[in-house]
Amino acid sequence: MTIDPLNLGQTEFASRLLVGTGKFSDNAVMLKAVEASGAQLVTVALRRFNPDRPDDDLAGPLARLPGVTLMPNTSGARTADEAVRVAMLARELCGSPFIKVEIHPNPHHLMPDPIETFKAAKTLVKEGFQVMPYMGADPALAKRLEDIGCASVMPLGSAIGSGHGLQTADMLKIIVRDSRIPVIVDAGIRTPSEAAAAMEMGCAAVLVNSAIAAADDPVAMARAFAAAVKAGMAARQAGLMPMADGASPTSPLTGFLRNE
Amino acid sequence: MRLIVNGKPGDFKDEATLADVLGDLKIDSLRVATLVNDHVIRRDNRADTHMKAGDRVEAFTFACGG
Repeated sequence: MTIDPLNLGQTEFASRLLVGTGKFSDNAVMLKAVEASGAQLVTVALRRFNPDRPDDDLAGPLARLPGVTLMPNTSGARTADEAVRVAMLARELCGSPFIKVEIHPNPHHLMPDPIETFKAAKTLVKEGFQVMPYMGADPALAKRLEDIGCASVMPLGSAIGSGHGLQTADMLKIIVRDSRIPVIVDAGIRTPSEAAAAMEMGCAAVLVNSAIAAADDPVAMARAFAAAVKAGMAARQAGLMPMADGASPTSPLTGFLRNE
Repeated sequence: MRLIVNGKPGDFKDEATLADVLGDLKIDSLRVATLVNDHVIRRDNRADTHMKAGDRVEAFTFACGG
């Protein structure tokens, strides 16, 4: 089955798996895992340039992977103003219109600040970015972010790096039902089956980082996630059977082993 | 004059531009994005951005992140 492409703004992506580049043991493994995932949107962060490590170049090798577009994040920003500044710097560095707005002021839980996220998204949409806000799984906020022109919404499944899966499934279903823009589950996914479940419930894509980076074999896990996302999307396109209230036989119930 | 570059003090010639500062520190201009006193200074404008003593310069590049 052909998988429908993911449309974000004016851009079409064949892959519905987005991956992050954090937490890998080294850049060589990260690059192999990104390639194995088939992801076309790949997140990176910004940090101060370290003159003691002038060869520490991440954007170059990533940009050379075929078909990869960078989606910088604003991680580290605690306010909308800081996030806007990071976004401007990121666009200067790579020219990508995509920006993952990520504002989590509290390092203990890393939950996104909805007010600062909304303010930053509004400014960045006006500045011409394709804005991809990381957010709590809040249907009201998702609608507000859609209304101001975000390219997608990216509600969390559970806390960043927790591996607790789709704890917010009920809210995600409401967001999916009400959204006219792609809904991408970002954060919390641990297993490929959770990624498939997100796709089956109607999400447009999933963003996975820790689950791949912290696997025993990140490259193999990246392949597993790619297969799961395709399977989940194919299943949705195929149309899931309706749920029944009780049992419904799949074989004839004729009692041929006894007389009736 | 003394500037603060990525949080550390450093001495530069009085008439230095932002492009000069990056050059003195041997920072590849194409690989960084820059802030001066929290304002984004685009690559094309660095040679015209004249520094003043006490200015805070920050240069950023990409890092791994999710």
